[in-house]
Amino acid sequence: MLGEGIIKGMAETAKNFLGSYHDPERMVTVQFPEERLPAKEAARSFPFLVFDGQDAEKGLRCVACQICEKECPPQCIYITKSKDKKPDYVGKAQFYPAVFDIDISVCMSCQICVEVCPFEAIKMDNDVELSNTDRFGGLLLNKQLLAKPNSHFHKIHPTEADEVDGRLAAEKAKVEAKAKADAEAKAKAAAAGAAGAPAPKPAPKPPTPPPA
Amino acid sequence: MIGDLIHGIFLMIWRTLTDQPEAKSDFLAVFPTAVQPVVSAVLTVSPLLAGFGLLFALTTLLERKGLGRIQNRLGPNRVGPCGILQPVADGLKMITKEDIIPRTADRVVHLLAPIALVVPTVLAFAVLPYGRYLVPMVNDAGILFFFAVGASTELSVFMAGWSSRNKYSLLGAMRAIAQMISYEIPLIISSVSVIMIAGSLSPVEIVQAQGSWLAGGFVPHWYVLTPWGLTGFIIFLISSLAESNRSPFDIPEAESELIAGHLTEYSGFKYALFFLAEYFGTFAIGGLAVTLFLGGWHAPIEALEVIPSYVWFVLKLMALVSLFIWIRGTVPRLRVDQLLNFAWKFLLPMSLLNLIVAGIWHFTAVWDFPCALLVRWALCAAMIAVPYTLLGRALNAKRNAAHRTYRYAT
Repeated sequence: MLGEGIIKGMAETAKNFLGSYHDPERMVTVQFPEERLPAKEAARSFPFLVFDGQDAEKGLRCVACQICEKECPPQCIYITKSKDKKPDYVGKAQFYPAVFDIDISVCMSCQICVEVCPFEAIKMDNDVELSNTDRFGGLLLNKQLLAKPNSHFHKIHPTEADEVDGRLAAEKAKVEAKAKADAEAKAKAAAAGAAGAPAPKPAPKPPTPPPA
Repeated sequence: MIGDLIHGIFLMIWRTLTDQPEAKSDFLAVFPTAVQPVVSAVLTVSPLLAGFGLLFALTTLLERKGLGRIQNRLGPNRVGPCGILQPVADGLKMITKEDIIPRTADRVVHLLAPIALVVPTVLAFAVLPYGRYLVPMVNDAGILFFFAVGASTELSVFMAGWSSRNKYSLLGAMRAIAQMISYEIPLIISSVSVIMIAGSLSPVEIVQAQGSWLAGGFVPHWYVLTPWGLTGFIIFLISSLAESNRSPFDIPEAESELIAGHLTEYSGFKYALFFLAEYFGTFAIGGLAVTLFLGGWHAPIEALEVIPSYVWFVLKLMALVSLFIWIRGTVPRLRVDQLLNFAWKFLLPMSLLNLIVAGIWHFTAVWDFPCALLVRWALCAAMIAVPYTLLGRALNAKRNAAHRTYRYAT
């Protein structure tokens, strides 16, 4: 009969209305600043720089190769390469960023910088409470603000962080094994006392970035 | 002089609250005869505006809370305890916002449109009896006056749409005109049945005609409790939803297709005026529904008449407004063709039929045999229910006749 559907609908809304008072299970609202849901592991907001150990200056994985700067679609990254070098996680001397700025008012959270980084140095954060009273300076994050420890990375994206750590450890083990083998070969060569031995191989390079 | 004035004020408040006649007389006697009409008018209008203004604020809050609860949300709960100060915050926001007028708009008409909308809705309040002695303007043709001023809101809606020089505004305004004119007919015809039975166009007399009780003071003699009255009340409610542009008939301001219809180019205080007028229109038409069908300010049980009459009026009005909110939370918006088809093919025939049924009810009142009331009821109810079912079936059958096929979508 005509009008039946409306009666049914009215009953349904009435049920919802009354149910919301005596059945708190129905209410889906999370009252945000006071209550918070645990962050989802897949959540991504803006990039940050990972460092190993305690010291942000010393442990920063970034080697200022500037690939992310070149790849960034909205051009929100600014990097100045250092003059000197410091050892990286395998002990090889590398440049480091003297300046590393990301303007998060420009950043579009596309994650391309993360995809292109060959050093696992830049990762996505999940912090969204970034409102600021200064919309120019306040949203321009410098190296000190961007650098966050590996433990933070483990906290927000545990699966990905474990994977990255495994990869880096494997890389390091490979490099060390090779160095050891080279050293042994060198020692053997020296022991053999061959005068015209070939020059020792240079230390293995860290994974080279793919051509841009 | 001052003593008389204060005495008059207190006497006026006391008499109004306790439902006594001539509440203003002592206060007015203090003033010279020449200014008495002006003072009297101000005394009538200002509590009306203040009261309905407060009711407006309360209703916006209740609506948002109620809709929230219907959708299992909390509704506004940040401003003040439980969000009760939300209307204040909304009002402040509206008033402090910039008033933007489009460069190519017709500035004069753009300014006049919200004013021309608020004035008739406030005028419509004038003829409603709010209590036993609380009638702002006793008018023998009050119902006629109500519909006359109510119809002029269509003009202001079109003024708003036309002067904005915006295609969405104009489309919204044209839809509003089509809708309001279509629904005005069943609205008026359904109230004509009440006028026929009561034999008067005066709201005061219509309320008086409903002021008796059957079954030892427990069954009120309200028109809604008769077969023609119930039908008329439902038709009146549906049409009044359309008249006041409320969901599910809010297609003049359908967000998904028209942004905000005729309100698109309005901001700040002018928008607030439109908003106010919309709610005032809802109150006015709800008040008329209470007057025509729900016994006006009469209590549902004779023994409860001791409670002041205006309390009953406000309670009934708020019940109707809650029903409107409930409907808004339930029914999705109609399409334009559905809306007009419903008005012309269903509501209009039903309201015309209802006139005939009201006549039969009136003339069979002289029947005097056992179970006469039962037979009258059955006859009138069948006269409405059978055509209702048949009409509903016919309209539905026609709708399903053409099966739509899609070439590209599966």
